Amino acid sequence: MTTLDQDRERRVDAKTSFAKRSGEHGLGWLAVSPALLLLIGLLFGPAAAVVLFSLTDWQLGSFTFHFIGVANFRALFTDPTFWKALTNTLVYAGIVVPGTVLLGLVVALLIEASPGLRGFYRAAHFLPVMSTMSAMAIVWGTMLHPTIGLVNRALGAVGISGVNWLRDERTALLALALIGIWQGLGFAMVLFVSGLKAVPQQLYDAAAIDGADGVLDRLRFVTLPMLGPVTMFVVILTAKRSFEVFDSVRVLTQGGPNYASEVLLHRLYTESFDFLRMGYGAALTVIYLAIIVLLTLTQARLLERRVHYS
Amino acid sequence: MAEIELRHIEKSYGETAVVKDVSLSIRDGEFLTLVGPSGCGKSTLLRIIAGLEAQDSGEVVVAGRCVDDKRPKERDVAMVFQSYALYPHLSVFDNVALPLRTRRLSFAQRLPFVGRALPGRGGIEKAIRAEVEQAASMLDIAHLLHRKPGQLSGGQRQRVALGRAMVRHPAVFLMDEPLSNLDAKLRVQMRAEIIALHRRLGVTFVYVTHDQAEAMTMSDRVAVMTAGELLQVGQPEQLYRDPQDLRVAEMIGSPKINVVSCDHWMSLGASLPPGVDGNTTHLAFRPEAVGIAAPGDRRLNGVVTSVENLGSDIFLNVALADGCGAVVVRTHPDVSRSEPGRPVGLQIDPACLLQFDGAGMRLRQADQVEAAA
Amino acid sequence: MIARFPDRRFAGRVARHAILILTAAFALLPFVWMVSLSLKPPEEIFQADFHLWPTAFHGVENYRVALTAAPMFRFLLNGLLVCTAIFALQLLVCIPCAYALAKLRFRGRDTLFSAVLVGLLLPPQALAIPHFVLLNVFGLLDSYAALILPWVISTFGIFLLRQFFRSIPDEIIHAARLDGLGEFEIIWRIMIPMTTPALAAFGIFSIVAHWNDLFWPLIAVRSAEISTPALGILLFRDDEAGQFLGPLMAGAVIIVAPLLVAFLIAQRRFIDGLAVTTMK
Repeated sequence: MTTLDQDRERRVDAKTSFAKRSGEHGLGWLAVSPALLLLIGLLFGPAAAVVLFSLTDWQLGSFTFHFIGVANFRALFTDPTFWKALTNTLVYAGIVVPGTVLLGLVVALLIEASPGLRGFYRAAHFLPVMSTMSAMAIVWGTMLHPTIGLVNRALGAVGISGVNWLRDERTALLALALIGIWQGLGFAMVLFVSGLKAVPQQLYDAAAIDGADGVLDRLRFVTLPMLGPVTMFVVILTAKRSFEVFDSVRVLTQGGPNYASEVLLHRLYTESFDFLRMGYGAALTVIYLAIIVLLTLTQARLLERRVHYS
Repeated sequence: MAEIELRHIEKSYGETAVVKDVSLSIRDGEFLTLVGPSGCGKSTLLRIIAGLEAQDSGEVVVAGRCVDDKRPKERDVAMVFQSYALYPHLSVFDNVALPLRTRRLSFAQRLPFVGRALPGRGGIEKAIRAEVEQAASMLDIAHLLHRKPGQLSGGQRQRVALGRAMVRHPAVFLMDEPLSNLDAKLRVQMRAEIIALHRRLGVTFVYVTHDQAEAMTMSDRVAVMTAGELLQVGQPEQLYRDPQDLRVAEMIGSPKINVVSCDHWMSLGASLPPGVDGNTTHLAFRPEAVGIAAPGDRRLNGVVTSVENLGSDIFLNVALADGCGAVVVRTHPDVSRSEPGRPVGLQIDPACLLQFDGAGMRLRQADQVEAAA
Repeated sequence: MIARFPDRRFAGRVARHAILILTAAFALLPFVWMVSLSLKPPEEIFQADFHLWPTAFHGVENYRVALTAAPMFRFLLNGLLVCTAIFALQLLVCIPCAYALAKLRFRGRDTLFSAVLVGLLLPPQALAIPHFVLLNVFGLLDSYAALILPWVISTFGIFLLRQFFRSIPDEIIHAARLDGLGEFEIIWRIMIPMTTPALAAFGIFSIVAHWNDLFWPLIAVRSAEISTPALGILLFRDDEAGQFLGPLMAGAVIIVAPLLVAFLIAQRRFIDGLAVTTMK
């Protein structure tokens, strides 16, 4: 036997004894196996199934189905309700995202500006984040009630006659967006506050020495630029949440009147679980999935960049 | 009884070999220090002994038995880590008691929640308490037992880590740079305490450090490593006086040994000392082997650039005549008073001159070979 | 702030409070309105003039109706049961997996971690159809199992805990192995106690999400006996007694209160928990 062979043999011996001794390999797999099985059974399997379903004409309850190719998608793209739901969702996001981000930013800046009542303001703005949306949507429904609702009572007090917010095609989506801002505001505020806390005091000192000592100067030269990454993050997060809007729509308008407040996720729910058209619903899901994945990836990219920033 | 025998240990991470064919015998009850620059593989070697890492090849033998298939806890070794690795959520008492509990309580008694209720646990806990308290008083941390590690100073944490290691009377103590997180004063004090601890426990200590002073002052023997290779093992004074490798000579001793290449030497117009071997490329000499003399024709000449007065000794930094390279000279305060700018000649004791060949290996003169043998 | 003009500074303060009180009112108004209505008799709700505090206190009656006409406590109990079960099972699955991903070396680890990251991309709503079908096949629809099972795996939990476990130095784990702890004990005695803040944050995130979730219970459950709070209040509204606003608002208060009270008690924990979990 050559030395090389002996060497190799010794190495192999050490390898096997390592596996026996540390057992790290086996242990690792043992520890992850429940998670792995569930990952496949509850996430990746179902995700694949959705794509598969979307290519069939399956309806819940029927025992047969056929592969019909992209017919579901074709039907979807020629369905005006789908386009209505998609544009509504975009309009909804178009109102909720800037509304939430701007309001959240202003509130965060003001809360952090001085310590007076800081704790109270923070808790008050955060309360809607924690509250059960389905219950609070019912409350909003009574507030937006045409006659007894708080909103129209208040408007009436200043001589404006309000409309039936949730039953009017022109205002239903707007009213839902208002509720969306109401709920998301506190979360945006909290994220902005943590962003503000991360701005080093030296930067303000440096800006003061450089002559930027007024409130607006400080805001313009230090605070806002430093909040840039957080702002992007909040924008994406709020956009994602806007695309997931469901509870308020389901509780208050069910997409009506005349699809004026129909949104993607509610459409998905109705097609799949009210009409039980699983194939069609699955096709909608695939579209929905694509949008959310895109937003999440953007969010992850932003997070990564922010980490590398510091 | 635990002598440790490392046989042809090799370890690499991917492409980089961190330990290259290291064989080393550590005697029972010995204080052996692995010293080398960071990244030289000394810590990896220590972890291999502990069983925390597996070597790619070779074997570890403790007390005559191969322990390669033994888990860390079965090896009867204790380890003190650089960061102390105390459990931050446990009190000092629980930190020290943990190794005893894991060994003495049965599997069932260690189960969450139910274990507490099982019979027999009370008696064992009582014995553990007594032992922990004894160890704590030995290390002078008895008054800290109820605190959490976060409330302790660096030195106190160090003692707790020592307590956790010694409480179960291991056959071998492994220490991975245990003093490097302490300030200078505390470090010197803890050095003495660890030496005392070794003497009292009488078990084998394997100590890893990058600080040659620590290695020299604490150990029975020192093993010098560089780039995964074991260069030399020996008693501290042996490494200092009789290094086999230029890298060992340069690593041991402070200030560093002076090294001048033969070419440089001759280009300065000095004649090589008598007895220099034909293969010698580098000459090395300790600062105390140099004397200051008047500048002369056939010797190394230079200019004093700075003077460091330590009170007991004076170190002179002497720039060689051509401006390339410098030599450190140790003198006694009352022997010579020099100030920067003064030209001097260097007088080197030929008996203390070390010669190395192009590969950095030591070349011995005939009388030195005899002396070493 | 450099205060050269005390007047201006004072004005700034006033403006700050003026704006914040306005936005806080926007945030709080629905809660005030809800409580106010829940204390009023029907005729007062429809009255032309509005008073915050009822002229005729009808609170006891409204809450009595809410509690008797619908199984409100049952809803809350269901919420507690489902949320606890989900969180407990999530921990049971996530912790070993996160520990292995963070601290053990085994072949395929990086692949698995990538799979977890991909799993993070999937919005749960998109999996509703196959989950529904799966539960239907096993005859589990309209049961607690239907509410719990789809959430047992949380890629987010795995990811979050892995990040926290990774921040624990390896030396601590090495010390624990030398001290004789097995891997299970390392998790139980070292990793879990050292990452309680992270576990609490994950718990808050998980419980808030599932307590408030309407989408999935709406799909999985029909009967009131196993409805969670978010679904329960809807069932109550569509019920006969729910047509009266007073009891309906009382019901809403009962549904919303537990989380809000918990939040007010441990504000910092909640805010930090939810913020930390999104930013990770």
